[in-house]
Amino acid sequence: MNLAQRIAWEAVEIAIAGERAVCDPSGALYLPADRLLVVSDLHLEKGSSYARRGSFLPPYDTIATLKRLAAVVARWQPSIVVSLGDSFHDAGGSGRMPESFREHLLSMMSGRDWYWVAGNHDPAPPESLPGHWVSELALGSLVFRHEPARGAAGEIAGHLHPGARIVQRGRSVRRACFASDGLRMVMPAFGSLTGTLNVLDRAFAGLFSRDMLTAYMLGRDRVYPIAGELLRA
Amino acid sequence: MAAGLFCISSSSLEQTDLIAGDRAALLPAPFREWFAARGWAPRPHQLELLNRTREGRSVLLIAPTGAGKTLAGFLPSLTDLAVRPMRKPGEAHRGIHTLYISPLKALAVDIQRNLMKPVEEIGLDIRIETRTGDTPAHRRQRQKYAPPDILLTTPEQLALLIASSDADKFFSGLKYIVLDELHSLVTSKRGHLLALGLARLRRLARGTISIGLSATVAEPDGLRRWLVDQNPPDMMADIVTVAGGAKPEITILDTEAHVPWSGHSARYAIPSVYEAIKRHKTTLLFVNTRSQAEMLFRELWHINEDNLPIALHHGSLDVAQRRKVEKAMETNSLRAIVATSTLDLGIDWGDVDLVVHVGAPKGASRLAQRIGRSNHRMDEPSQAILVPANRFEVMECRAALEANYLGAQDTPPLGEGSLDVLAQHVLGRACAGPFDEDEFYEEVKSAAPYAGLGRATFARVVEFVATGGYALKTYERYAKIRRMKDGRWRISHPNVAQQYRLNVGTIVEAPMLNVRLTRKQGAGGNVRGGLLLGQVEEYFLETLAPGDTFIFSGRVLRFEGIRENEAFVTNAAGQDAMVPSYAGGKFPLSTYLAAEVRAMLADPSRWKALPNQVSDWLRIQQDKSVLPRKEDLLVETFPRGNRFYMVAYPFEGRLAHQTLGMLLTRRMERFGARPLGFVATDYALAIWALEDLGHMIRRQKFSLGALFDEDMLGEDLESWLADSWLLKRTFRNCAVISGLVERNHPGKEKTGRQVTVSADLIYDVLRTHEPDHILLQATWHDAATGLLDVARLGEMLSRIRGRIMHKDLERISPLAVPIMLEIGREQVPGSANESLLGEAAESLIEEAMGA
Repeated sequence: MNLAQRIAWEAVEIAIAGERAVCDPSGALYLPADRLLVVSDLHLEKGSSYARRGSFLPPYDTIATLKRLAAVVARWQPSIVVSLGDSFHDAGGSGRMPESFREHLLSMMSGRDWYWVAGNHDPAPPESLPGHWVSELALGSLVFRHEPARGAAGEIAGHLHPGARIVQRGRSVRRACFASDGLRMVMPAFGSLTGTLNVLDRAFAGLFSRDMLTAYMLGRDRVYPIAGELLRA
Repeated sequence: MAAGLFCISSSSLEQTDLIAGDRAALLPAPFREWFAARGWAPRPHQLELLNRTREGRSVLLIAPTGAGKTLAGFLPSLTDLAVRPMRKPGEAHRGIHTLYISPLKALAVDIQRNLMKPVEEIGLDIRIETRTGDTPAHRRQRQKYAPPDILLTTPEQLALLIASSDADKFFSGLKYIVLDELHSLVTSKRGHLLALGLARLRRLARGTISIGLSATVAEPDGLRRWLVDQNPPDMMADIVTVAGGAKPEITILDTEAHVPWSGHSARYAIPSVYEAIKRHKTTLLFVNTRSQAEMLFRELWHINEDNLPIALHHGSLDVAQRRKVEKAMETNSLRAIVATSTLDLGIDWGDVDLVVHVGAPKGASRLAQRIGRSNHRMDEPSQAILVPANRFEVMECRAALEANYLGAQDTPPLGEGSLDVLAQHVLGRACAGPFDEDEFYEEVKSAAPYAGLGRATFARVVEFVATGGYALKTYERYAKIRRMKDGRWRISHPNVAQQYRLNVGTIVEAPMLNVRLTRKQGAGGNVRGGLLLGQVEEYFLETLAPGDTFIFSGRVLRFEGIRENEAFVTNAAGQDAMVPSYAGGKFPLSTYLAAEVRAMLADPSRWKALPNQVSDWLRIQQDKSVLPRKEDLLVETFPRGNRFYMVAYPFEGRLAHQTLGMLLTRRMERFGARPLGFVATDYALAIWALEDLGHMIRRQKFSLGALFDEDMLGEDLESWLADSWLLKRTFRNCAVISGLVERNHPGKEKTGRQVTVSADLIYDVLRTHEPDHILLQATWHDAATGLLDVARLGEMLSRIRGRIMHKDLERISPLAVPIMLEIGREQVPGSANESLLGEAAESLIEEAMGA
């Protein structure tokens, strides 16, 4: 499959501040011009983070997330990967990660430029993992950072775990989504144990011009662009 | 219950004298004098129960309401306490003497009031206190230090008490456990928790006597086992039964008005019901669902020319509003109360002399208990009127009266104890102090619901509590409970006990949103404040669009929007409600009358017993479509609105239909019919889809024989269950009860919405990676017993093989009308969701291309 076919069948191509970008149904964003893949809010080792506090969530979230990440990396073969913050659920997460998971991650990273962007859950670089540690990253007209800032055109951010809800024929459908008004984007959380926050929530106030907002909702194997006025709180 | 405690009518007084002569000696003198001073005599069953407990036996008392059940339950402890030597000054406080457990907080409070009166009049020095979630901390503290003689409490509070480190001291002197409304306690997970608590109490205080008080049930042996130690197996408590008193006078509403073909509002009956209210002092009107309550209330006020005080009471209303109504009931200042099951159990509501039940007898099988409310004297017949809301219900009411069905409660399904509840109990046990796994296993097995629990399963539950019980052992270092050197288990940190206390209980609320009334239309997101009307399930509100109108809290409201945990609405008085089916509080009960109704339907000679309008309805159905023979299955297909419907009439009861609906929609999905949802009633099953079903069947895209093939109960059932939303909902409850997901963190409460999200995610991860996990097993078990009724479905499928009649219609048939109005919002996962997303995306494209 060439790029055009992949976009036609699986993903949705959009422009952010004039840059071409492809929304992959897995929740990753691909920038063909730079062969750059962005994922946000992996929240690796979330299960063990909860277990420390006495809630024994299944210890399979990390491997599930890594497998999905490996699949999307294999699909797009990026030369640069940006993990847009909250890559680990807490500061000790990378240290707790079992060795086999670490090796799995290392094999994905090898031969690629890998950027760890600082997040509020992981304000320090991961332990004993390669890659560049940055607080934010600028590339052409785009800037990559974890927490969205107001009025920042060309920004690709994460942090908020956007989700959207529509009602059709009396039925409610809720999915994680990319949220963009064409100028900037908030990425969906990629981690397998991460919930969503409705894009109409107050936390998103002031980020997008409301009449231009589109939620790119993640379907089973497609991305569905939904106009802002169809969205429900 | 208050007034009925000691009342006795003259007719049964004679009877009492004959039987009770020698037994009255069981009573200490002050009691005999107290009875005599009032011209009363103790009832035979009260003395009989006292006699049995004196012999050290636990007892199940089965009696109709108004039979003095409560006094009977407390007589053993009151007489015991009356002759107890005084506590000497300086002597240590004695522990609890009697523990009373009721399913409702309000009942515990009510009983205290009613019990204090005779205790004071007889001059007994007995301290009686309640302990519920509302009891202030300082009083709980004092109760621990200086326990009352009689403690009135709930199952949740008992779980907390036995999980504290001083439980052994607190309960060491316990003599009696009185369990009220036992028939309603035992059927749920609360009952499982309580059974485990009881097993613990029997270890803490050897020789404790259990007294169960129950309404009439069809098979009492399950309850008798439940009350006593199941080691050796199948031990039973004694039983004392009070014959039913006077039979209630139950009639089906006799009216000239047109009985609707469909619907649940019983609007047609409003004028007749209003006349009945006028003829009686106080009328209780029961309905099966909240939406019916809303509707009935509104309609009654519509014609309330005499301005009779008529009130509304249901569980979604704001507490303050409910309390107001309850106050008014106590003072007899109401002429009628419209209520749902929130008012079900033995609370005292003043002088009710008529009970009206709107809806089918499945609700009315609880009627025996409800009718009890209408008359405190058991020897006078109670008055009750059944109001069938539609024509199916007329048939069902008829069948019920003919089969003499309404006298007894359905046998409570006393299933196996659930494992999530056991997990909670295991942690509670560890909080009280270290335990030996083998000893504790024996204790757990002594509780009837867990009598069949395997040793290996028990060990897995303990592992689950300790570290989550995963095959991948990565959480050892975070264990909640650990083995000590001597092999016993203990909690690993005091915090664990603190967390446990915040998460006790088996009732998991569906996510609810506050409904707030504002003035400004369209302002949904930007308004604050306004009157709080109550709470409504989130799933219902989520399907509304701004501008939709619905009925709640007795008014027509316009939905404006949701903001965080609140839904904003404005007044839409004078408008019709567009969304009629707020299905809150639906009875999950199934009826056993379905076969009877099916036979009646197939046999025109029996239609004579039905009102003309109902038999006319059946004739029209014969004309427009067809009526199935007793053993046949009728399937109708027709379009309506922008959907296509298939309605099947198996008459097998709602649970079986629900399972059938889930399996059929799955198959139809495979056949490309794109089903959107289904709804099941006791009579029928309706499925709606995006594709023309009738057309597909005619064109042989699929055959009904293949659709209804029995093999659906094999792999289809397994794989359906695996990704069913119903299973997710069940899993969420299990996750909360078992402590996997906490409902409360110290200092931080999760809202229902948050719990839902994370539990769904956990379910998906767990299913993919450890499908044999014990919590998934618990979930499957819950679903199989609660939602499926697979056995009955299997019989039906084999019965109808080769006997399916398909009728492809242009429009809805008369027989289909009732279920079409039932259509709630049960969802089918799968490609339809994707189609909807696709459609919404189309509208964006249209907009873009059209501009």
